[in-house]
Amino acid sequence: MYEAVIGLEVHVQLATLSKIFSSSSTSFGAEPNTQASLIDLGMPGILPVPNAKAFEMAVKFGLAIDAEIGKESVFDRKNYFYPDLPKGYQITQFDKPIVGRGKIDITLDDETTKCINITRAHLEEDAGKSIHDIFNGMTGVDLNRAGTPLLEIVSEPELRSAKEAVAYLKVIHSFIRYLDISDGNMAEGSMRCDCNVSIRPNGIDKLGTRTEIKNVNSFRFVEKAINSEINRQIEVLEDGGRIIQETRLYDPGRDETRSMRSKEEANDYRYFPDPDLLPVVIDDTFINACRVALPELPTARKARYVSDYGITNYDAGVLVADREVADYFADVADASGAGKLAANWVMGSVLAELKQSGKNISDFAISAPILAQLIRRIKDDTLNSKTAKIVFESLLAGEGMVDTIIETKRLAQMTDTGALQNIVDEIILNNPDQVTNYKTATADKKAKMLGFFVGQAMKKSQGKANPQAVNQILNSKLSS
Amino acid sequence: MSDLTDLTFSQLQRALNEGATSSLEITTAYLDRISMLNSDLNVFITVTGENALLSAKNADIARSKGISGPFSGLPIAHKDIFCTNGVSTTCGSKMLANFVAPYDAHVVSQCNKAGLVSLGKLNMDEFAMGSSNENSFFGPVRNPWDSRRVPGGSSGGSAAAVAARLTPLATATDTGGSIRQPAALTGTSGLKPTYGRVSRFGMIAFASSLDQGGLIARTAEDIALGLGIIAGYDQRDSTSAEEPVPSYIDTINQKLSGLKIGLPKQFFDDRLNDSMRQVMDCVVTVFESFGASTVSISLDHVAESIPAYYVISSAEASSNLSRFDGVRFGYRANQPSDLTDLYERSRSEGFGREAKRRILMGTYALSEGYYDAYYKRAQQIRRLIKQDFDRAFEACDLLLGPTTPSTAFVLGEKSSDPVAMYLEDIYTVATNMAGLPGGSFQAPLIDGLPSGFQLTGPAFSEGRILSAAHQIQQATDWHTKHPERLRNV
Repeated sequence: MYEAVIGLEVHVQLATLSKIFSSSSTSFGAEPNTQASLIDLGMPGILPVPNAKAFEMAVKFGLAIDAEIGKESVFDRKNYFYPDLPKGYQITQFDKPIVGRGKIDITLDDETTKCINITRAHLEEDAGKSIHDIFNGMTGVDLNRAGTPLLEIVSEPELRSAKEAVAYLKVIHSFIRYLDISDGNMAEGSMRCDCNVSIRPNGIDKLGTRTEIKNVNSFRFVEKAINSEINRQIEVLEDGGRIIQETRLYDPGRDETRSMRSKEEANDYRYFPDPDLLPVVIDDTFINACRVALPELPTARKARYVSDYGITNYDAGVLVADREVADYFADVADASGAGKLAANWVMGSVLAELKQSGKNISDFAISAPILAQLIRRIKDDTLNSKTAKIVFESLLAGEGMVDTIIETKRLAQMTDTGALQNIVDEIILNNPDQVTNYKTATADKKAKMLGFFVGQAMKKSQGKANPQAVNQILNSKLSS
Repeated sequence: MSDLTDLTFSQLQRALNEGATSSLEITTAYLDRISMLNSDLNVFITVTGENALLSAKNADIARSKGISGPFSGLPIAHKDIFCTNGVSTTCGSKMLANFVAPYDAHVVSQCNKAGLVSLGKLNMDEFAMGSSNENSFFGPVRNPWDSRRVPGGSSGGSAAAVAARLTPLATATDTGGSIRQPAALTGTSGLKPTYGRVSRFGMIAFASSLDQGGLIARTAEDIALGLGIIAGYDQRDSTSAEEPVPSYIDTINQKLSGLKIGLPKQFFDDRLNDSMRQVMDCVVTVFESFGASTVSISLDHVAESIPAYYVISSAEASSNLSRFDGVRFGYRANQPSDLTDLYERSRSEGFGREAKRRILMGTYALSEGYYDAYYKRAQQIRRLIKQDFDRAFEACDLLLGPTTPSTAFVLGEKSSDPVAMYLEDIYTVATNMAGLPGGSFQAPLIDGLPSGFQLTGPAFSEGRILSAAHQIQQATDWHTKHPERLRNV
């Protein structure tokens, strides 16, 4: 059987306000070519001027992955012709990148962690966009994106499955969000991924010929693209064929990759140091300033949540993946004083609702203090899980504050023992057969049969009875 | 008073300040002379007469109100490599024959700010590639001393314009000798400043790590005045130097006594013809008679500077010229059938022979498998050349040598032999490789044709070079020679 060998090149659009070598805005969605300056247009005699903010962001990423920072990094030119590449070359970094070797941990399905080495991360400028579908028979060029700063993060080929690749990508995504260096919006192209895939027979060290799947733009597609490419390569080898080194594109509609260009057709990019830009010298003062400004990273936060809130490793892992969700959870847990309940609610109802509505936590209708209030009402036995869910839905629908909803919908639990005893008595009276059965049943069956009586009591109280109290009363009455 | 066009830039400045003339008179005199001589010499690609007269009038008004700067109303002309807002910038190429930049080069805006009156844009070798000005899409420039001969290149238009007194001051650029060589062949003074001294913003790139803007004028003193206007840090060029700009004119009278002049033995070997050697002996004698001492110096890697220079400059050019693709500006082929056809025909039809030759050489030198043998090796040689100069300047203050191996050659003489043409730069390219300042100044005539001597100094020693040349110009009449045939025009 075969083993897959996967390495990823992730392009992250850095969230600088202006471009990497010009003062044009980087905001998304403007009218074509309204954010393209003389520099972005590659006008004759016009020179690039580096944006220090991009270096700061790259250094922060480097520190976060425990990498060597290139004290003297060099910009190179990658030469090729394309209409959306105005200068006929892309300014990038070739053999002296700003971020050297680093590493990150990913968590596998069985909760074990695996360390993935990162070869390098370098700064470069993005190209513009070619628009093929607006002008009849002609191609339009939009240079708004040209010159947007990218950080290209290259992993070692240490990933062994599509699932591992996605886990790696999610960690990178969570890092860039924590560091606040990119919005990480894959749909808008703020994070794109090239996947290098090869396979080799189990137990063989020698690497197989790899193919590169270009520009995959969602976690789901990364997983599907890699799996379909692995399967394609296995089929080729099983049929006695040979893998060709080439660039491929993933077609989500047909769930398959197809050839874009082979190595023979590939460009010779003629890299050489860009003489318009001096080497970027980064001193220890700058690095230390970046280090001091580093936020708490997901790994550290995960450990802290486990110890501070008494939640499981798994839950903490899910909660810290997104910085804003993690902040939200912490606010709810702190304000409610109930870490485990807060974790259950955020991971359950809140994330489900976000997924369904496609919203971000920052746009979520129920703020952390309000969810905390809801949880306090569970803690003080005013609500049980069923009524709490009703309150949650009402909050989503904007029907007021927690306590108002409880009052107007009369959802407070019946904790009055007298009233509960009346309900229990009535149920015992109305179900003589079940009572007889219960009394003659063996101990282990009794526990199960008790559920019937509890259910009746909840129904009778319209869901407001406190289940623990009902249990207690039933136990004492039925055993007498 | 003699004809205004006989005056140097600093003499014109004095005349203006004394109220002896007006900017309008000066400008009119130059425009008249341009209209008489330009069709023969082919010096200007664009003459901006109307704009010039308008700025001259404004300068005169400002002067009468006492609100003008020291250079307001004085004429200048720009090499057509410097972008000028609203005025065509061709770079000597069909590729940019219809190109009008919506911005001024830093050098141009500095001149405009100083109130200089631009007479127009000067002819040049296409994309500054050439040593004879025969590579211009707009035709060759003629040497004012002998119209059968070349004026040198690539700033042939700038040098010939000053020599023919069509402007007292001209901007120029120097990548491997493009200011100094034409200055020597036309009997003018030319200075290539230290790399980074003058911003490259808006100066169309040939080889970015070597290109440097500078000036051609009739005297070192005029260059000192002009350099004060165009030099200085510009944040739009990352390679421009944050070094403060001294007053070059204030130190122009620094004496030669005590100055240690190095004579690189490689500049005086058998490549130098006998008459050039005699001229250089004469120049050295004058330096010594004014108290300078001389010392023999070795620049061991000068011989390798030519091949290394052509690898590096062509490599950079091949990439710099990629932006001329017919997509956004410049020449675009008619009715392209597809993208490849658009690229291929726009570039084949838009670039001239020499530009294509350099693009091919540069592309080859950077190609996979050849990079180490050519580009990398050339960069190693470049470092060795820098070290040669560093060592030399431990033993002397300035280096002195000939600017060119011989005087101006006849049109067509070297145009079929690129290597012979490239050897024209033998004494000049090393200075560019080391990023150092170098000036060429008038030496005695040889058989009625101009020759030049070259001074090279450590980084940012422009003031020392100019004052040394000024002392020679105070003591000799070499810089006052003017082509007889143009005297009574």
